[in-house]
Amino acid sequence: MATQPAEKRLSHKKLERNVTLLGFFSLIAVTIGGIVEIAPLFWIDNTIEKVDGMRPYTPLELAGRNIYMREGCYTCHSQMIRPFRDEVERYGHYSLAAESMYDHPFQWGSKRTGPDLARVGGRYSDEWHKAHLIDPRSVVPESIMPPYAFLAERDLYVGDMRNDLTALSRVGVPYSKEAIAAANDDMNAQVDPAAGVELQKRYPKAQVRDFDGNPDRLTEMDALIAYLQMLGTLVDVEKAAPQEQGAAPEEVKR
Amino acid sequence: MDGLVIKAGGWLALALLALVMAALAVDAPFAVHMGIVAVAALAVLWATVSQADYGAMARGLLKMPASESVYDDDPVRWGVIATLFWGIAGMGAGLFIALQLAFPALNFNLEYTTFGRLRPLHTSAVIFAFGGNALIATSFYVVQRTCRARLAFPKLARFVFWGYQLFIVLAATGYLMGVTAAKEYAEPEWYVDLWLTIVWVAYLAVFVGTIVKRREPHIYVANWFYLSFIITIAMLHIVNNLSMPASILGSKSYAAFAGVQDALTQWWYGHNAVGFFLTAGFLAMMYYFVPKQAERPVYSYRLSIIHFWSLIFLYIWAGPHHLHYTALPDWAQTLGMVFSIMLWMPSWGGMINGLMTLNGAWDKIRTDPIIRMMVMALAFYGMSTFEGPMMSIKWVNSMSHYTDWTIGHVHSGALGWNGMITFACVYYLVPRLWGRERLYSLRMVNWHFWLATVGIVFYAASMWVAGIMQGLMWREYGADGYLVYSFAESVAAMHPMYLIRAAGGAMYLAGFLIMIVNVWATLAGRVRAEKPMTETPYNAAADRPLVAVPAE
Repeated sequence: MATQPAEKRLSHKKLERNVTLLGFFSLIAVTIGGIVEIAPLFWIDNTIEKVDGMRPYTPLELAGRNIYMREGCYTCHSQMIRPFRDEVERYGHYSLAAESMYDHPFQWGSKRTGPDLARVGGRYSDEWHKAHLIDPRSVVPESIMPPYAFLAERDLYVGDMRNDLTALSRVGVPYSKEAIAAANDDMNAQVDPAAGVELQKRYPKAQVRDFDGNPDRLTEMDALIAYLQMLGTLVDVEKAAPQEQGAAPEEVKR
Repeated sequence: MDGLVIKAGGWLALALLALVMAALAVDAPFAVHMGIVAVAALAVLWATVSQADYGAMARGLLKMPASESVYDDDPVRWGVIATLFWGIAGMGAGLFIALQLAFPALNFNLEYTTFGRLRPLHTSAVIFAFGGNALIATSFYVVQRTCRARLAFPKLARFVFWGYQLFIVLAATGYLMGVTAAKEYAEPEWYVDLWLTIVWVAYLAVFVGTIVKRREPHIYVANWFYLSFIITIAMLHIVNNLSMPASILGSKSYAAFAGVQDALTQWWYGHNAVGFFLTAGFLAMMYYFVPKQAERPVYSYRLSIIHFWSLIFLYIWAGPHHLHYTALPDWAQTLGMVFSIMLWMPSWGGMINGLMTLNGAWDKIRTDPIIRMMVMALAFYGMSTFEGPMMSIKWVNSMSHYTDWTIGHVHSGALGWNGMITFACVYYLVPRLWGRERLYSLRMVNWHFWLATVGIVFYAASMWVAGIMQGLMWREYGADGYLVYSFAESVAAMHPMYLIRAAGGAMYLAGFLIMIVNVWATLAGRVRAEKPMTETPYNAAADRPLVAVPAE
């Protein structure tokens, strides 16, 4: 076989006969896309426009968020309002990147079997949430949501919350040393109006009250409602608007 | 003998360690999981001691080689059975949660049976348990045949199989107990992820090791796809599951990335779980079993090269189309959309290469129900890889995102492409693996084919209607300038669609149950008396590794 050397060098046959080369080149082929798309998000500054009001979750909100994840709420509810007239009218101002900057992991969701929850905080009363979670069809007859009555019957058991805050601070959430040390006390303080002052200093806009209508116990229902009631309430989106104007050159480019 | 003592001691130590971790666990699910690990380790310990091949030890001392004259098919046989077993679990869970959406009373007011906990169980069971076992079993079968060599590291291959089953059990029981990382299709927690990483590296070692000891000069095209599937899944799995455990003795962990970065990492993973687990791996199955069943060579060698490299290069970019109009930067969304549209071409390259392989054997569609399944699988592959790029166009996505159209799209791919090609491969494998004359009944394969096909049509059609209806209702404005529908009204409007979808799913599951009966009867050695259909002949004598025979 008189094959020309130049042709031989470029031949795909080499890859077909050498598993190391084949594996190497297919690894190269599959890494490029991820590097180009994901890596810049970590250093391009305007990926997350700075807004006022964002703070890490209080220990009780975090415990509620963990229940939200545990029950797979993200399989039916999104937390990402898109910038369309109908969505903004239905759910509120479209979601800003900064609003999920402390979400490990993100909970934007992919399906709306139920409505978006990104700004559900403050839209309904605690009593409504409790009734809805215990028996969704008692307040929304068309609902197909599962009932979560067991949340009201179960004490909130989360182990040592300092571990959770420490783990989050290791992945970049700015919890102070004091906040971590006080995590367990802060969790109990959020349902006790007498003890919540320190908490509100550490976590501005933290809502302090008994959430589940049962002041004697700290239940999983307390935690979940505390989380739902703070969703979308931290950032004053009207104040954030001028900052978006500041990024106007980006808008023009589109 | 020393090896036996070390191995048994190692498994005992692992069992004890797991028991200690169970005792010290900070949450109950973690204790349950460590208990399961301890039981699994004790089972392996028992198997190691009781099944120790003392003859083999003697041969080892005498340096006698193991028999290289037949393929190592035990893990393949187990894998076929595991595929069918997890298939029932996963599809049954799917039908159940579909019914829950139509009849919420089926949540039973119990935490373990809520939709939110069962939905990850369904997705993981069908993708990773049913699909994963099909991939592992067929890859072990195909790599041996196309390399004309036995599996490298036979013990490690067994570890891969059983280790993967342990991964499935830990993941599934975890979902029921509420242990989840809450990232779609990557729900297992940190310790389960670590275990899967170990199993996956062992899988890569067995697969590459077998290719290295091949007796054929070329690496067959199916193995390119399997190889890129194994390598890419390893990369995706490790990066997307990076997380910080709250306690080394507890199940809870927090993802390494947050918000925007976490979202894109997740969908880079999520879309390529589709691209590499459910596409590249299953294309590998197509590239071996379609030519075998049709008894025709692959249509175009050149097309297979072009479509392999373009498919794996382009797929990775497509993730951002899951995040259109979100807080992800616009440049990333647009990049994802452009690459998703380009991806249409290599996808259809694979479909064309598979379909055209039937050149000269088209008559078999009429007479061979297994070929018919393969052709229908490729047709659904072509359809869903057209639908996908279309839905990734931002204008279409603004309506289709968050709706049931996405669910319909996924299922025309999963039921039509992955399901059908897996069924066809299992029908091909079962008589050959168990040395049966033929399947118990080819007519039943035909029944399975029609039930599945009609079931998918019901499923996809109802979800198109449901999705477009949701999208339009949510954005409908009246003449008065107000939104016309409340969200709850859109939920109520879904009820008939959800019923039709469940009916389609039930038909698909019914077809699968017919398959179980058919395979069961085949294993029992029975042959149904029926009018014959076309069969692909099997030469057992030729189905052997090439072994260098020493001169006498």
